[in-house]
Amino acid sequence: MIYFDKVTKAYGPENVALDSVSFVVEPGEMVTIVGHSGAGKTTLLRMILAEDRPTKGKVFFESQDIHSLNKYAIPKIRRRVGSVFQDYRLLPNKTAYENIAFAMEVAGRDEEEIKSDVPHVLDIVGLGDRLWHFPHELSGGERQRVAIARAIINRPDLLIADEPTGNLDPENAEEIIEIFKKINDLGTTIILTTHNPKVVEKTGHRIIKMENGKIISDEKRAKKV
Amino acid sequence: MIWINFKRIVKSGFINFWRNGLVSLASVLAIAVSLYVIGGLMVSSAFLNGVVAEVKNKVDISVSFKPETAVDDITAVKKSLSLLPDVKKVVYVSREDEYKSFRERHQDNALLLQSLDEVGNPFGARLNITAIDPNRYESIVYFLENDNQSLSVNRDIIDQVSFKRDIVSRLNKIIGIVKRIGLVASTVLICLAVFATFNTISLAIYTSREEVSVMRLVGAGNIYVKGPFLIEGIISGFLGTLVALFFLYPSVAWIKNVSYNAFGGVDLLSYLSGNFASIFLTLLVSGVGLGFMASYLAVRRYASL
Repeated sequence: MIYFDKVTKAYGPENVALDSVSFVVEPGEMVTIVGHSGAGKTTLLRMILAEDRPTKGKVFFESQDIHSLNKYAIPKIRRRVGSVFQDYRLLPNKTAYENIAFAMEVAGRDEEEIKSDVPHVLDIVGLGDRLWHFPHELSGGERQRVAIARAIINRPDLLIADEPTGNLDPENAEEIIEIFKKINDLGTTIILTTHNPKVVEKTGHRIIKMENGKIISDEKRAKKV
Repeated sequence: MIWINFKRIVKSGFINFWRNGLVSLASVLAIAVSLYVIGGLMVSSAFLNGVVAEVKNKVDISVSFKPETAVDDITAVKKSLSLLPDVKKVVYVSREDEYKSFRERHQDNALLLQSLDEVGNPFGARLNITAIDPNRYESIVYFLENDNQSLSVNRDIIDQVSFKRDIVSRLNKIIGIVKRIGLVASTVLICLAVFATFNTISLAIYTSREEVSVMRLVGAGNIYVKGPFLIEGIISGFLGTLVALFFLYPSVAWIKNVSYNAFGGVDLLSYLSGNFASIFLTLLVSGVGLGFMASYLAVRRYASL
């Protein structure tokens, strides 16, 4: 599903964020990318969302070279990728309901679907009673749940999450990881990044370790039941 | 789908405008100030034209006759003057009226009135002539001074023809200068106001860059990201027009009260009321256009793909 082919990203001769990185993510996989701050995890995810261009190499989404697409085709790819971030990145002027409805509107879904799906997905992430709250009226854990609900509402092929538990307490972090695992069990491919060993322990599956922009190990574990 | 998208974008524009509170208020006020300047300039230009018309109307040719002239002769001159195509109006002022109005004008000057009592009425009758066009006074004066054929009476009965030609030419010169200064000043003022509006709206959109990047991340295309900003710009323009008009009325009423004493005649408030539709439409088109253009340029710069 995702293929990195010798991708290098340099922000200057001394500042190499990714150094000839290659790996493949198969459909339905759950991949955890681990590494310290500055290891290149976020840059890697930004490449998938076409927020950044590689200096060298190519990134494929299925058979499509993401960075050869014109700017009008990029939103179409992004609608197939759900994304969750450490800082939630919700629209501050929209309620929980409207944040999720917005993602459905841009995907061209009709009003009936929006009215039935948004409360349902918020129920799934445990926020059925927070529909009309603005982000600033929600706790960190609740905001992250809204972000996850937004990321999965269009049933994306791929879900990427950049340090999704970075700002959460251990209890909330564990619940969020459980939600990801359930989403993965339903068939959605997931790539998430973390520097927290406890999260790595919980996610299991496939772990890619990065250091100084390079992959230093890529190991698969048996799925925990 | 296009209709649904349009409805969603318009709705989103209205909701964002309402929720952005102070930022929206700043945009509305910036546009209102611009429109207030434009509206003010429109009204003051009308005021200037009104003053000019008023003054020109007051300028006339005055023909004074010798005191002993018979009324019939004066009536004959009046008749021939009325036949001239350039003459709008000829008013006869009798000797007695002249005498009376002189006494009224100088009622505080006892010495002058006393000597007048001794002399008797030294004034001759007078004809006040108003031309259709102030630039045509010359031909009327020529008729009185030189045209022997048409004037049926002896020219000797005319004591003096006074023509305020200096006033007209000076007035024309002053109006020319005022208009030129006004044009430069209004261009500068409008440019400043428009620039301030653009900056305010740009700043509002600049502060939404983070939101724009989030919209992009969830796959929003250009129309979903930029559309609501453009709608917000249009709403700001519309409300800015109302605010500008709301403040223009009392200002004009105040200026009217002040200027009426000085110039008389020119009633700015009735000008504003009489031309309300065209002033409102001009300001509305300028306001909505300004809001839309400012938003359009700002989203092009800060919210592009």
